[in-house]
Amino acid sequence: MFELLGIPPQALFGQLLLGLINGSFYAILSLGLAVIFGLLNIINFTHGAQYMMGAFISWMLLNWLGIGYWPSLLLAPVVAGISGVIIERLFLQRLYHLDHLYGLLLTFGLALIIQGLFRNYFGSSGLPYQIPAELRGGQNLGFMFLPNYRAWVVVASLVVCLATWFVIEKTRLGAYLRAATENPTLTQAFGINVPLLITLTYGFGVGLAAFAGVLAAPIYSVNPNMGADLIIVVFAVVVIGGMGSILGAIVTGFGLGIIEGLTKVFYPEASATVIFIIMAIVLLVKPAGLFGRTA
Amino acid sequence: MADVTIAAPATETAEQADHSALHRTLFIAMAALLVVLPFIPVVGYPFFLMKVLCFALFACAFNLMLGYGGLLSFGHAAYFGFASYVAAYTAKHWGLTPEVSILLGTVSGAVLGLAFGALAIRRQGIYFAMITLALAQMVYFFSLQAPRFTGGEDGIQAVPRNALFGVLPLGNDTVTYYLVAAIFFVGVLLIYRIIHSPFGQVLKAIRDNEARAVSLGYRVNQYKLAVFVLSASLAGLAGATKAIAVQLASLTDVHWSMSGEVVLMTLVGGMGTVFGPIVGAAVIISMQNFLAGLGAWVTVVQGVIFVICVLVFREGIVGVIGKWLKKPL
Repeated sequence: MFELLGIPPQALFGQLLLGLINGSFYAILSLGLAVIFGLLNIINFTHGAQYMMGAFISWMLLNWLGIGYWPSLLLAPVVAGISGVIIERLFLQRLYHLDHLYGLLLTFGLALIIQGLFRNYFGSSGLPYQIPAELRGGQNLGFMFLPNYRAWVVVASLVVCLATWFVIEKTRLGAYLRAATENPTLTQAFGINVPLLITLTYGFGVGLAAFAGVLAAPIYSVNPNMGADLIIVVFAVVVIGGMGSILGAIVTGFGLGIIEGLTKVFYPEASATVIFIIMAIVLLVKPAGLFGRTA
Repeated sequence: MADVTIAAPATETAEQADHSALHRTLFIAMAALLVVLPFIPVVGYPFFLMKVLCFALFACAFNLMLGYGGLLSFGHAAYFGFASYVAAYTAKHWGLTPEVSILLGTVSGAVLGLAFGALAIRRQGIYFAMITLALAQMVYFFSLQAPRFTGGEDGIQAVPRNALFGVLPLGNDTVTYYLVAAIFFVGVLLIYRIIHSPFGQVLKAIRDNEARAVSLGYRVNQYKLAVFVLSASLAGLAGATKAIAVQLASLTDVHWSMSGEVVLMTLVGGMGTVFGPIVGAAVIISMQNFLAGLGAWVTVVQGVIFVICVLVFREGIVGVIGKWLKKPL
């Protein structure tokens, strides 16, 4: 076996893969945040809680209704998305005429409520979720062992991210969305139902977060706090990437995940803070973010 | 004609004089209340009162930035918590006297505020909030990973209350309470002075219309950084005082949920009011004490209060009272 800079390849590639997986979650979550922010001008603090809800909904579907991983991959985002639609209609809609900061505060409050309720009911120790039978085991690639499920997570996230990019940039619905982001009043004047578009966009963003949650359920244990710390890292990712571009969010998400993975190999003490340090550097060098447009 | 409308009035108007007279009365009443509070039954637990006062000062410091500078920092726990570690560490391991420990804690809050503020003011609005939150999370991870300094999960427990100035022993809670009350009162007076200074006026101008303030020739970023550092130092003062008063510095103080709590206190009391954060802190800390047995339900209740405040009660308790009296409080 060869060694790279004194690090066994097993450890190096293992951490790289884990970094790639975290990166997929960063990418999906920051993508959802960017889509929501684009149209609603609200930073969705509930995003982490909604990611956690995705994982819990799939756990509940399995343990209470006997519905397995594959259907819940679709069902959980839909259920979470509907809850998002309700939240938008009930609360967020009342805030659009106010300062953006109220949206942040409201969604923060909602996150506290959701996380508190789940913690009351399920405790905070975490629940196991089995990897689906089709994806157990793994491939020996010679230089490393590749668990099938982890490969699937990376591929599925990439597909979902690219599909989202395609829908927003290349379809008619996406064109409406981009038009409403640019100028809602004018778009409405053209006969497009912007309030409905806003509601559906929020639901879709929440659905994306829940999808990431379902993917995460078999890797990390299903835990009421799983989204709380993650969302802060995702905020840093969003600051680094800037929310102007969809592809930018995807690239930044995956890139930072990989950097975090590498840090775990070479300097583990800094692995928790490396993304925040990169954020500080980016703010010094390019305050608008790597892919951001200056306002 | 134009000159007349633009020129600032040379003397304060009768209305302003009326308001400062009201504020003066309220400050005197507050001072009197601080003196007698420990003797009032039911609320008169010095330990509880000290906690309220420390958090009230913390919320006032936060409000200086949000209510008067229009800057929502979501990471104020960093300055509060880090200063509380510094004060606890220097008191316990170096045996420093309380005033020196608290001073060092305040300075550490200021230094941290200078570093983080310089970064955060490079972006506005929602990004500003996210950056301050992310930077504060960095402080949290540092505190988690540096157990030799912070005590890790245990925190720094049994922080000694050394003799004040090396002569005045802070043996019992009541004596310490008066120290905390004095620090709190001076801190709030200072904040009041900052708000009503020319500097404070420029801050409000930036809050209300940043582009206009820039076009009038104000170096907006310097003002923002200055208020950031002031706010972080005062948050540090509150945290350091808390470490000595409650004799504990722990990870709770640097966690993001603490940053959320101080936002909640300010929101409940009334942001952009002088006395609002004090009332808000009293309400939230009392509620936590009252609901302490309910575990995670406290989080849920706090979330519900957040939602209600944002939806229908944006002025806060003191804001609403001020509206009734038609006077800014």
